[in-house]
Amino acid sequence: MGRPLTITEKIILDHVNNRAISPGDIVNARVDIALGNDITAPIAIKEFESIGINKVFDREKIALVPDHFVPNKDILSAKQAKILREFAKKYDIKYYFECGEAGIEHALLPEKGIVLPGDLVIGADSHTCTYGALGGFATGVGSTDLAYTLAFGELWLKVPESIKVVFEGKPKKWVSGKDLVLYLIGKIGVEGANYMALEFSGSTFKHLGMSDRFTISNMAIEAGAKSGIFEPDEITEAYVKDRAGRNYTFYKSDDGAEYSRVLNFDSGEINPQVAFPHLPENSMDISEASAKNITIDQSVIGSCTNGRIEDLRIAAQILKGKKIAKYTRLIVLPATPAIYKMAEKEGLIDIFMDAGAVFSTPTCGPCLGGYMGILADGERAISSTNRNFKGRMGDVTSEVYLANPAVCAASAILGKIAGPDDVI
Amino acid sequence: MVFSGKVFKFGDNIDTDAIIPARYLNDSNDENLRIHCMEDADGMFSSRVSEGDCIVAGNNFGCGSSREHAPRAIKACGVSVVIAKSFARIFYRNSFNIGLFILEADTDGINDGDVIEINTDTGEIKNKTENSIIKSKPIPKFMSELVNAGGLIAYAKKKIKGGKA
Ligand code: SF4
Repeated sequence: MGRPLTITEKIILDHVNNRAISPGDIVNARVDIALGNDITAPIAIKEFESIGINKVFDREKIALVPDHFVPNKDILSAKQAKILREFAKKYDIKYYFECGEAGIEHALLPEKGIVLPGDLVIGADSHTCTYGALGGFATGVGSTDLAYTLAFGELWLKVPESIKVVFEGKPKKWVSGKDLVLYLIGKIGVEGANYMALEFSGSTFKHLGMSDRFTISNMAIEAGAKSGIFEPDEITEAYVKDRAGRNYTFYKSDDGAEYSRVLNFDSGEINPQVAFPHLPENSMDISEASAKNITIDQSVIGSCTNGRIEDLRIAAQILKGKKIAKYTRLIVLPATPAIYKMAEKEGLIDIFMDAGAVFSTPTCGPCLGGYMGILADGERAISSTNRNFKGRMGDVTSEVYLANPAVCAASAILGKIAGPDDVI
Repeated sequence: MVFSGKVFKFGDNIDTDAIIPARYLNDSNDENLRIHCMEDADGMFSSRVSEGDCIVAGNNFGCGSSREHAPRAIKACGVSVVIAKSFARIFYRNSFNIGLFILEADTDGINDGDVIEINTDTGEIKNKTENSIIKSKPIPKFMSELVNAGGLIAYAKKKIKGGKA
């Protein structure tokens, strides 16, 4: 027996030829799934073609998802999406999703069982870390990395140190995975986990669902982390068992595994959070945020962070029978077509539209300032997305406040930053 | 190699949306990226920067998105090197992968407009304006191999030629 290992070290070790690994080692890791989107893959494809080997490593291990500007917002973005489509045709890529089947990559891949527990996933998108929620090692890389992986099925990685984050106890009403992760980033800062793996555990996660885990892993990158992983359990099993089309492995950290830091939080003490412009670390309690009387022009509910059916249900619960404030826009974007259909079936679309919201097709849309809800100069949005950098959602003088879907819905009703208890 | 250039100084947490805003990501050609480089941090950057100049920043440079368009935009402007107290992880690897030279160092002693000289072999940064010397952090061996090969793709081509792939 070697030294005790973390879940992250175990997964990496099983994907390399080395007999042992330690944090800081640079290794060549075999990749189970490689992902690209309509922004990052066109550069990757160009670089791939320049290598000149004319074959991909495995057509069944590549996912290409046009989601950022699709349905295309303009001619240039249509050309980018076309590059993806042509490449997918040429190499018969198994997981290519045409507009109509496509949703936001990080919601779509888990939903379809394409990424699974124990996988090593690299994606040319920073929020690839989302899949850590399933107990895989998943990390965001650049386009050149993706090009290399498309050719060789492996990639250089530095084995990360891990920070263990333990949330204990039952969370309060309206407190979701979003609040826990915003609270954490508020404590450790946007660089608090740079180059490291965040490993989440604790009794709190028995009270929350898979969607909360996805939200938390999704925002690991907002603390600079390389990945954000959960040990898989019965909640993971219930989520993956009917979706998986191949075998998967549950890894667990060994007792005595080494962590660079261990952080303990009492979830019962945490309130809904709002992160103020222009960094996700500027988080504060909803009571403090609403006391500042900040009016909003727009509220956005969607994205790979909070665009799942659970998020739409919570928002609808608050909006039911109510109207959003005059001169305020509420934009709701389900993350995938399946979520869209569920929302339709459950009557959620009616609730949103009756309240005065716009219900969009699945797309990243305004999350990255793409389209479908761009802010004008000086405008303010509250948003269930993951980044509030300067100009992220539009004009460089606009502002984005990050919150959970319940807070976004309540704020839309009052036209200012408010908590669910202010409207129910 | 020795580079010398004028400094454009930025603060902490310069994110990839500031380096190249998403509104320009519907096109990935170098000229588009060059024109809009650093636009949301300094609207005049691309018109003022000239070949060989340096970007110097505080902590967490390049945080946020994985978009490789960010280091590519900087490279397209002719910037010779980016020096920061620290880099966000994906920006760091992207820069090496595309052959953009970046260094980690204490940048407090470098000001906007200073002229600096960088020796990439010794990692020494000479501030010619302040007449001071700053040591940068050494680059891991594998990373310098990547840069010397001309980036990851050039490295891959070598690998194929060597019959190892
Ligand atoms: S929803 Fe936003 S954060 Fe998620 S992949 Fe799309 S642009 Fe990126």
